[in-house]
Amino acid sequence: MTEHSMNATAMERKLTMTLDGQPVGFSEGETIYQVAQRAQKNVPTLCYDERLEAFGACRLCVVEVEGVKAPVASCTTKVTPGMIVRSGSPTIEKYRKTLLELVVSENREVDVNPLRGFASQELTTLVDRYGARTGRFKGKKSGTSNKSDDNPFILRDYDLCISCYRCVRVCAEQEGDYAISMMNRGFSTQITTEFNGRLKDSDCTFCGQCVQTCPTGALADKKALRAADLPGEVTKTRTICPYCGVGCSVDLLTKGDRLVGVQPAMDGPANGGALCIKGQFAFDFVQHEDRLKKPLLRQADGSFKETDWDTALDIAAAGFRRALEQHGRRSIYGIASGRAPHEAAYSMQKFIRAGFGTHYIDNCSRA
Amino acid sequence: MSNPLADMAKPDVIFCIGTNMTECHPVAATGLKKAMARGAKLIVADPRRIRLAELADVYLPIRVGSDVALLLAMAHVIDREGLANHEFIEARTAGWEEFRQHLKAFTPEWAAKICEVPAKDIESAALCYGRGKPGAIYYTLGITEHICGVDNVQSLCNLALMTGNLGVEGGGINPMRGQNNIQGCGDCGAETFVFPGSVPITDEAARDKFAAAYHRPDLDLGHAMTKVTGLQECGKSIRAMLIDGENTVISDPDKNHCEHALKALDHLVVIDIFMTETAQLAHVVLPATAWAETDGVACNTERRVQRLRAAVPPAGDSRPDWWIIAQIAKRLGIPGFDFQSPADVFNELCSLSPTYGGLDWDRVSRESLNWPVPTKDHPGTPILHVDNFTNGRGKFMRLGYRDPAEVVDAQFPVWLTTGRRLQSYHTRTQTGRSSGIDYLLSEESLEVNPEDAVAWGFQDGDWATVSSRRGSVKIKVRATDRSPRGTVFASFSFADVPVNNLTGSGYDPATHTAELKVCAVRIERATN
Ligand code: SF4
Ligand code: SF4
Ligand code: FES
Repeated sequence: MTEHSMNATAMERKLTMTLDGQPVGFSEGETIYQVAQRAQKNVPTLCYDERLEAFGACRLCVVEVEGVKAPVASCTTKVTPGMIVRSGSPTIEKYRKTLLELVVSENREVDVNPLRGFASQELTTLVDRYGARTGRFKGKKSGTSNKSDDNPFILRDYDLCISCYRCVRVCAEQEGDYAISMMNRGFSTQITTEFNGRLKDSDCTFCGQCVQTCPTGALADKKALRAADLPGEVTKTRTICPYCGVGCSVDLLTKGDRLVGVQPAMDGPANGGALCIKGQFAFDFVQHEDRLKKPLLRQADGSFKETDWDTALDIAAAGFRRALEQHGRRSIYGIASGRAPHEAAYSMQKFIRAGFGTHYIDNCSRA
Repeated sequence: MSNPLADMAKPDVIFCIGTNMTECHPVAATGLKKAMARGAKLIVADPRRIRLAELADVYLPIRVGSDVALLLAMAHVIDREGLANHEFIEARTAGWEEFRQHLKAFTPEWAAKICEVPAKDIESAALCYGRGKPGAIYYTLGITEHICGVDNVQSLCNLALMTGNLGVEGGGINPMRGQNNIQGCGDCGAETFVFPGSVPITDEAARDKFAAAYHRPDLDLGHAMTKVTGLQECGKSIRAMLIDGENTVISDPDKNHCEHALKALDHLVVIDIFMTETAQLAHVVLPATAWAETDGVACNTERRVQRLRAAVPPAGDSRPDWWIIAQIAKRLGIPGFDFQSPADVFNELCSLSPTYGGLDWDRVSRESLNWPVPTKDHPGTPILHVDNFTNGRGKFMRLGYRDPAEVVDAQFPVWLTTGRRLQSYHTRTQTGRSSGIDYLLSEESLEVNPEDAVAWGFQDGDWATVSSRRGSVKIKVRATDRSPRGTVFASFSFADVPVNNLTGSGYDPATHTAELKVCAVRIERATN
């Protein structure tokens, strides 16, 4: 359903509210935040991830509702017919700025490398938008980093944690894994695994979901951060994971000619922002030193020697020609790959069918 | 898959058989976990107590290779309890009465003996699936990698047909494909039985169409040769082979046989990104561009056609596979290989494939659709068989149970079953070269039930020699109650533990899919 037609049906059923003085339609069960988003109100959030149940922890998304004294969290409050809402009055904006100033005062740093994760820039962006680097509060720094976790994938830098619970919730709700949880309450709250040990010893599968939803970079992509000092901007290219048949959409992170990381595509049709360890972390093979870089010819002694394309292709073709001349068209067979793209598979079968008139072509699905 | 991945969160009942989904298709498994959080019931049939089994409402630890018996008995119970969907059967299927008669003999008590699970658990599974509205079936290689792979799949079809679970949202029969583009490989006709668009090579009109398009008037009508036969014929009728990116030697059953076969060729050309065990046997090795270096198209397990994009320049002098193949073809004077770009190749495929008729390079670059997409304005087909089946009515197949090609005996008293693990993929040419993966999975091990380990005198980490009729491997023992008594498990991902030395006891007579899942072995203490 398009936004427009959804609004139209809602209006028909007379589900309307007033948002910043304008009448707007809504559907049963929608929250104030969802309606405000549709009306492009740009309400700030930190603990919100649209894929997860709203949680109402950061209070940044507060709005004023007529008849209600205190501001309400728009991400957890459902709209009722006739509700009158102001999404960003000066009072509310000031309240939000103060909240952000407090967060800034408690965190070791706010400006983190975008390689840390998909959502890692959310806090910085809001701090800039609200001009919240005032240093008005001299907070005690919260949390402690678990530097003893030697896993090669996930950095646990809890000095930057704001207790938004997105990591815990994504693990439970999206992954269904419950590998991480909260320890303690209030100021010393800290994200932890069962028994506060290494992730490796928990139920963690290293899917990276917690890293990608963290709005501060407290959980970060260690592999991508290897490229933190490489010069140049990070570029993203949308493609599909090279491993299993689910076909998750990913964004490749590159700096110049280097492939430095992978992030899940939040709008990927097969995965909606989810990945597993292979799609998330197993990309180094592409630029591995073992890659074949030149055509190779087997020598009489069994070793291989590099050559140029023309020579290699001539010899490759000559062998098929010889087989054809000496043993006929039924002496040649082709095996295609289930990992190469369509263009490879199509060309392989055409090579056999157009070249020799047989169906002597198959792939690896039978094994 | 008959239904899209998005449907995974929708069923009332999910029946997973022969699929270790949480390890092999982890992201798909998240949909399943969501369905369960919403109250869906889960039935799992698998010899190993995999993670999925722990989540199940009904878990059936069936003996390896006994799937058909289980499925027949489930159909028996569904009919007996009046849970068959007669409206659907009447409107959409054929052969019901005969099938019903056929089912009479296959009681849960009969199956219990073969599957080695209690009859009452088979009843519970049948009632659970039979009552699901909708009920969805998911399976992977655990079903197809058997000599009776086709029977297994047809037994699942019977269940879905009799309950009317086809063509409905949240239902269907859904094979989860193992490799990123194995579905696409079939779509492109890189499979001996079909032309591009999955049209059988025995179809005369299709033969004529391709004979004309490819300027090959003598193109065979029928006359398939599977890879299995192709390998057997190496050095005999088959003299030259072109292999594209396929580490046949490690991934195929009966490694020794396979190596011998390739060595017997007069001419072997291998296109790959690494010097694999297979490439080492070649006369000419041609370096291909890798994923992330190659523009192209792939199709996932739900028939969704998606664009692959290059982000970094090719390694060294490597070239895209299609370019390499075209260059060889041109040198042989094969017409129709003047492709200038991957778009040229893909567009030619679309022009010849009825299921891709409405697609072209520009369209797949803009949107991703589930085939069939017959015309340019067609929105794609997320759910198959909504109004009718491709071949008219859905036919019930009367099948019987057959033992695996090899059963345990005094000499080889233990079942070996094989599969994949979460952290590694196929033959590890890729995951093995990605830093950090070894932190989690650095070596292969043989999973043995703790009681068996004690009975056979092994401690965790001891070395064992596992032998089958075809060969033997040395491997470390790991005690785990994932393995039932009398059955051991290993993956085929590590070249230094070539588990496929052991497998390969037989093939499905129809598809020539190897019996990789089951074979009989003997386990002895290894020296050192
Ligand atoms: S680690 Fe990140 S995602 Fe988790 S609670 Fe802290 S700030 Fe939120
Ligand atoms: S990220 Fe994991 S589940 Fe998704 S396609 Fe890749 S291997 Fe499959
Ligand atoms: S976004 Fe609403 S409370 Fe955090």
